[in-house]
Formats: sequence, structure tokens, C-alpha cells
Amino acid sequence: MTLYLLRRLGSLLVLLLVMTAIVYGIFYAIPADPAVLVCGKGCDGGRLASIHHELGLDQPITAQYWHFLEGLIVGRDYSSGPDVSHCAAPCLGYSFQTDLPVLSLIAQRLPVSLSLTTGALVLWTVTGVALGLVSALRERRLTDRLVTVFVLGGLGTPVFVSGLLLLMVFCGWLKWLDFPVYVPLTEDPVGWARNLILPWLTLTILQSAIFTRLTRTGMLETLSEDHIRTFRAYGLPERRVIGRHALRGALTPLISINAVEFGAVLVNAMLTETLFGLPGIGQLIVQSSNNVDLPVVAGLTLTAGLAVVLANTAADLLYAAVDRRVVLT
Amino acid sequence: MTSPVGEPGTGRNGGEGGDVVLSVRELSVEYSTGAGAFRAVDGVSFDLTAGAALGVVGESGSGKSTTALALLGLHRNTDARVTGRILLGGPDGVEVNGLDDEGVRRVRGGRIAMIFQDPMTALDPYYRIGDQIAEVYRVHSGADRRAAWTRAVEVLDRVGIPDAARRARARPHEFSGGMRQRALIAMALACEPEILVADEPTSALDVTVQAQILDLLDELRADTGMALLLVTHDLGVVSRSADEVLVMHRGEIVERGPVREVLRAPARPYTRALLDAVPRIDAPRDARPVPGEPLLTVAGVTREFRRPGRGLRRETTRAVDDVSLDVRRGETLGVVGESGSGKTTLVRMMVGLLPPTSGRIVFGGETITGLPDRRLRRIRRDMQMVFQDPASSLNPRRTVGDGIADPLRVRGVPDGEARRTARELMERVGLDPARHDRYPHEFSGGQCQRVGIARALALRPRLLVCDEAVSALDVSTQAQILDLLRDVQEEYGLTIVFVSHDLAVIRQVSDRVAVLRGGALVELADVEKLYASPTHEYTRSLLAAVPVLA
Repeated sequence: MTLYLLRRLGSLLVLLLVMTAIVYGIFYAIPADPAVLVCGKGCDGGRLASIHHELGLDQPITAQYWHFLEGLIVGRDYSSGPDVSHCAAPCLGYSFQTDLPVLSLIAQRLPVSLSLTTGALVLWTVTGVALGLVSALRERRLTDRLVTVFVLGGLGTPVFVSGLLLLMVFCGWLKWLDFPVYVPLTEDPVGWARNLILPWLTLTILQSAIFTRLTRTGMLETLSEDHIRTFRAYGLPERRVIGRHALRGALTPLISINAVEFGAVLVNAMLTETLFGLPGIGQLIVQSSNNVDLPVVAGLTLTAGLAVVLANTAADLLYAAVDRRVVLT
Repeated sequence: MTSPVGEPGTGRNGGEGGDVVLSVRELSVEYSTGAGAFRAVDGVSFDLTAGAALGVVGESGSGKSTTALALLGLHRNTDARVTGRILLGGPDGVEVNGLDDEGVRRVRGGRIAMIFQDPMTALDPYYRIGDQIAEVYRVHSGADRRAAWTRAVEVLDRVGIPDAARRARARPHEFSGGMRQRALIAMALACEPEILVADEPTSALDVTVQAQILDLLDELRADTGMALLLVTHDLGVVSRSADEVLVMHRGEIVERGPVREVLRAPARPYTRALLDAVPRIDAPRDARPVPGEPLLTVAGVTREFRRPGRGLRRETTRAVDDVSLDVRRGETLGVVGESGSGKTTLVRMMVGLLPPTSGRIVFGGETITGLPDRRLRRIRRDMQMVFQDPASSLNPRRTVGDGIADPLRVRGVPDGEARRTARELMERVGLDPARHDRYPHEFSGGQCQRVGIARALALRPRLLVCDEAVSALDVSTQAQILDLLRDVQEEYGLTIVFVSHDLAVIRQVSDRVAVLRGGALVELADVEKLYASPTHEYTRSLLAAVPVLA
């Protein structure tokens, strides 16, 4: 266990190092110059050069990367003209575009993305498991086939199509909901859920297919196992056999699937945020990439990498807690 | 028929003449297949009396397990069609086949309980053993949680689980195979059923554990008056634990009577053939002179496996512990031991599939330990293996002809010649060469094992290692495969290392026998000497645990 956590921590550090290095490499390779975007109209050579210097772009890319790592670990000083500001560790630097600290930019938007993904995760897990269970118990009958068609249709529909359809139906024609605007959970929980319901559904339509299929096959497999026969032979009511013994075996693998899927979910969450205009991480990624805003992109890469590793570690720990046969190494 | 005892409708009951607790009349189980109906059980009738033990023996496909499952109505909601009458509580009792689902549910576990072959998988891996037993007890008794838990601990204690109050909190993977079977018996006992149906209860267990479980079943039967229906392929087990026996063949009862009479003087040819095929631990055998020089030498070999322990520590398990032995040219060396004794680890090291942690292996004068892969590959063609599970050790997506020819192709033999050799080998091991383009699933277990042997012979090896090669086969098939191995040994001049947990089989095939326990070699001697006068106490206890035919 201790060994496992140390190993995970080690691989996390390596992963983050490699990912940010790649971001800096890409930044170096592309021809766009963020200073031009900052400089704006009426830009002349002298001004551009001073902006270059201010943003540190006049240094070699390796030095820039080194400063970035330095900022992360010990913090770094920024000088703009006469005054020097210290950015304490972990310092992700300042946005080229807005001059705001990257850390607070991300911190501001994180709750939005977390609301979207966790809510959707609960919804698609519940939907997927329920549909999968129905599907397994009605194996090869009409219900099973309808469920299969439905979920595979969902899986094949891109987020921007299903999201737009939902918007058109619920906000356009039926007018049951207003166009979503993000309301923080702490301010108005009902409004929060009300505004997020369509984005949640959008992700659920896409993701529940995997869960439905996995629950279905998991159930069918577990139902054919010896211990299920044991409990049937000992006169347990069928509802108990399924609800307590079969479902437990079928659901355990879903824990690790959620972790594996997490990366894909982040991408789809990003598209969903953009589509619904939610001020989350995804939107920030799109904006900063368009503006070649290196510090923000690097900071977001770190955040996403951290999130994926944390999700996988959490899944491993949860799995080991649920299935005591598992020994973490 | 040997005797009318136990035959239905005679008014006489076997054993001590207790009350009839179960009457089965004209029971048939039919499956509809593509080619029409298949009768797995065909018109079976018998009575079972309180406190008696009725053995049901037969080979795979004889319908014995199907019969057992039918008694608990376990064919409901499947494709099988069950006809006939199953009367619980004797001729005027409850008709199981006529009950609704709820009625059958109440009977299961409550009046008639069942234990299964594989105790490893028969319990739910996710829940504590005590909870699983308590759950079953609550369903039938309506007791509250606390009372059910108390009952679970009580029955676990009764079946000999040490420190039952604490061990009830364990999950199945923390129990050994024998303890899991005890736990399952405890679950069966919880509701005090009149009948216990045991389907191959000891087939997956070591002989010493098997003896303990059979003792336990005897004892419980004597104490509680519970009737036992013991379904098994093992005539030794029936001989040891049953009063009467039914011999089943192709869904029908071909012979019945008191165990001793049936086994000593079988009336039917089928029963006689079955008995003849059983390797006897006490039968005379002709000894072969064992030549002296070693083909393979195992010198002080140890193998350790490491797995994570608490915190940063690692636990080391020593699977094989400082074993030294010679395998002599042309002999058959039997390697016997219980599960976990290191048999498989040892032979995998012998053929270079697993490197030893320390010590070395010498084959044909050359040290193979630490040899680079390329050179090891050259030597490996001289050493081939036959595995336990014939079906899963063949590639299901390759035809058997290709499967046999593949080792030749790997060695650069031209395709046409490889195919020709494969067909010759099929003929040699008793398979129809015309079936070379069929897939493994079209062959029976015994035939698959013949394919495995043909594949192993393809490269004309000098050493053949058989790891539990006949353990998954019926006795009559087992006898045929053992004959085949003896024939090819002579023809090819093979040296054989034969691994088995079955002491009778080992005795039949081996010239010398090595006994392993906990990774260490406890005894190595000529077969006669070892079985007649074992020097090590462990060997003696192993031999004592083997059920002997009456």
C-alpha cells in the first residue's frame, strides 16, 4: 500500500514533467507569437521587443521552461518596470493575455468543471447501470434490443449534436428551461442543478452506453458463476440473488472503467462547456490555446494530468476497498 | 442387478432401515438441442433413507450431476425439461417438481441442501463467510441479524473451523480449499436439512483434505440423521463413504446395490470396465529395471516468489526449497505432492520455463540455468510438456493439425513435411488423421489430450514432462492415455517426468517417485519401496489418506 502510493507519486511527477515539456516543445515549434496578440494594433518593433522581454520570450525556450519549473517549486519574481512582484510556489505564472495569475484563473473555473463532470458522472453511472440491469435480465428480448439501439445511438452522437438538440427541444420549443447560465452551488443549489441539467444529460447520453454494455455483460457473466448457483440452491429469493450477489460482482469493474474513461470525459466536458457557454476549464483551454497563452496552457496541462492521475489512484484505492482480494503494488 | 436393496417400491430400505426421506420416480431430464431432444437423465428411480449415504457414480456425461441438480429444482427457468416425480419426505411427501417457484425456494436449503465441487468459486468473494451463512439462515428461519450471526458461528465451529467466531469475519479468499468446503457444509447445516446432496464434494481437494471432509460428512450424518446423496466419479470415495451405490451410464442407472457387493462383484460389464480402469494403489505391478545415468540433474534448486507485504516490506514465498534429484535416461519419474507443494514450479524450472532463484539444472550434460534464450531454445526442442487442461492448452483458433505442426514450422521444417508429420502423429496417438483440419472444440477431453501428446512428440524430444496430464479425464479415458504414454515412451525412448496429485496414478506409471511437501523433497525412492515401506512420515500419511476400493 505504502509502496503503491510512493510508486504512484513517482509516476505522477514524471508524467507531469513530460507533459509540460511537450507543451513547451509545441509552443516552441509553432510559428505564432503571443506578443503580437498582446501588442495589438499600432504595434511597432520597439514595443514588440519590450513585450518580448517582459513576457520572457526573448530567452531560449529551455530557460523559459526552467523558470516555469522553478516557479512551481520555489516561486519566482516578476519585474514589470520598477516594481518587483513575488509569485510564491506553486507559481504557474501570469497569463500573457490578461496578466492575471494562472493559478487563480484555474481556481476560479475549477468548480464549474467539477460541477459538470461529477454531476454527469453520477447521472450516467445510474442510468448506465439501470439500463444494463434491465438489458441483462431481459437478455435477447425486445427490451434488451431497444436499450442496445438507444445507448449505441447515444455513443455515436457527438456532444455538439446531442447538446444542440437538447437545447432546441427544451429551451427552444418546449421552453421548459432557460438557456443555461452557470450559478454556483453555494449561492443557489436549485438554480445550479436546473442550469446544469442539460449539460449533464448531454454527457450522459454519450457516456452511459459504455456503462450499459459493461453492466449487461458483467451481470450475465456473474449470473453464470458458481456462487450465484450456490445462493439459488440455498433458496435465496431471486431479487436478493440479483440485487446483493450478482450486482456486486458486475459493478466492481465499473470503478476502474470510470477512471480509464476519465480522460475522454475531460475532452467531452470541454466541448460541452464550450457549447453551453459554461465558464469552466474547458472554455479556458480553448481560449488560451487560441491566444497562444503559454502559461495558462501549461497550467491547465498540469491540472488535467493531476486530475487523471488522482482519478486513477482513487479508483485503485476504491477497488481494493471493495474487493479485498486485490493487493495494490 | 446385484441386489434389490434400495430399489424403489420394494418396501425395504437400505442402511439401518430409517424412514424414507426422498423418493425419486422415473426422473428424466431432457434438453432440446438443434438435432432434437437429448435425454441427460432417463427414467431414474431411487429412495433415500434418513441417515443413509447413497453414492451416485458415473463418468462425465452420465447424468449424475444433472440428477442432483434436479432434486433441488435447479433446472427451473432453463432449457431443460424435467419429468417424473421427486417426493420429499417419502412416497406421500411433497412433490418438488409440482411446486411453484416460491415453494421450491423454501425447500432449497431448508429441507434439502447442496454442496458443490469447486469450493473455490462456490462462495461470494465479496462478503464475509459468516454473513453469507447468516443470510441463508435468515431467509429460512426469519431470525434477526444477531441470532443469524450466532448460528453461523455455531455451524462453522461444528464443521471444525478453528476460532470460528473470528474466522466468520474472513472472506472466502482467506480460506483454504478445504476450509471453504467446510464453510459450505456449514451453510448447508445451518437450516438442519433432511438431505444433503454433495456433488463431487472432494474432487478439487488434496487427498488428506479429502479424507477430513469425508470424515466430517460421516460424522454429521451420524449426529444429525441427515441423509447424504454423494455424487462422484471417484469409486474410492464411494467405497469409503457410501452404504449403497447407483452406477449411472448415459442417463440410466445400470447397477445398484450395497457398495461392497457392487464393487467386489459387479454384475454389469459397464461397472466392471469402470472398476478395471481405476488405478489401484494396492494392485501388483511389474517393475522395470531403471538404467543408471542421469539425463537431467536438478542441483540444489530453490525458487522464490515475492509479493508486497505490509508497508514497504515484501514477503517472500519459497515455492521450491533446495531440491536435488536426477532424472535417469529412459525412466519415468513420478512427482507427487499436494497443492502448493511446488510440483509445477519444479517441473517448469526443469524445462527452462522458469529460472531458479538459486541452484542449477543440467540437461544432457549441459547446464541450462542462466543460458541465453537463443541457446536455451535449441535445447528446448528436446524437452516438451503436456499440460493438465487439454482443452485450454490448445489454441482454439488453430486446427489440431496446425497445432501439432506448429512446433515443427517454428523449427523451419517445410510446411508440406510438417503437415505430413502431423498427420502421422495423429495416427500414432490414436486419432483419425482425416480430422486434422478440425478445431479443438470438436474433440473430447481425452482426444484433446492425445493432440497435446502428439504436439509434444512432434519434435522427437528426449524428455517429456506431463503436468497433471490425466487429472481432468474420466477413469476410462485416463487409462487409455496412460497406455498411450507407455507405448510412445518405448517407441521414442522417452524419459518422462510425470506430475500428479493422484498417488494411484503415480504408482501405476512411475519407476521412481519423488514426494514433495511445502517445496521440499521429502522422499525419493523406487516405486515399490516407496509404496510398500515409506520412510518419511508425510509419505505414510499421504498413503493412508487415499480411499481404497473395497
